[in-house]
Amino acid sequence: MDIAFLITAAAILAGAAGAMAARNVVHCALCGVVSFAGLAVAFLQLRAEFVGFAQLLVYVGAVAILIVVALLLTRNFEAMHEALAFRPWTLGLAIALLVSGAVVSAILGSGLTGRAPSSAPVPAVKEIGDLLMTRYVVALEVVGVLLTVALIGAALVALREDGPAQRAKPGERGPVEGRPED
Amino acid sequence: MGELARYLVLAALLFGIGLAGVLTRRNAIVVLIGIELMLNAANLNFIAFWRHGPHPEALTGVMFVLFAIAIAAAEAAVGLALVIAVYRHYRTTNLDQIEEMKG
Repeated sequence: MDIAFLITAAAILAGAAGAMAARNVVHCALCGVVSFAGLAVAFLQLRAEFVGFAQLLVYVGAVAILIVVALLLTRNFEAMHEALAFRPWTLGLAIALLVSGAVVSAILGSGLTGRAPSSAPVPAVKEIGDLLMTRYVVALEVVGVLLTVALIGAALVALREDGPAQRAKPGERGPVEGRPED
Repeated sequence: MGELARYLVLAALLFGIGLAGVLTRRNAIVVLIGIELMLNAANLNFIAFWRHGPHPEALTGVMFVLFAIAIAAAEAAVGLALVIAVYRHYRTTNLDQIEEMKG
């Protein structure tokens, strides 16, 4: 268990660090996939099996593909090896270190001890389904509507081919006037 | 370090890495990956607290994370669509070159 946790944590953190530090954007996406998969394993270790598999399906499956397709469509390959891929990076790094250091020291100083987890049963998929259909049914419906809206909205935003295409040099009025700002 | 605390520390470190990427990277898509990492760190916290909390049989943490994953998927789709739309307009995804609305 301990070794398993260490391996999982190392995979998650190494993947995340690689995703944020790699110059090549495709390498960033692939390292992100490693991190997402490691998180799925961490969920499985915490006995949240349905969430682990959902994570695997949604992140390693769908979101990773979305990211790679977006990379393809934005054709970043000339900018893949940008010499200076980082903005004032000492500042950003210092802020991130400060935040995570504060959180970690708060956790370690809190004397937090959870209940021994071994007694709790592993939730069956049936229980999750029952809850989704009873107690959380409104939230489920709202999520369904939200996903539909996001699907339509994403298609509308990305597929703007109306009018004389290829207008709008960056200086002129852009093609964004038809879209309500949100 | 307890069973719960080590997952919380892992989530905090993951959040820090994601935050560093969001603050320092220039490519909009890499910034989106960083946001996803931060979201996943929050999900890990939910699951860890659910597992080690007083009422794991209530499944609240699991439900919250399931909905959070669904919303994160929608967010990723809309965010990447916005990146593609911005790319159509500016021919770049470099956040430092998208400066038309700078005050």
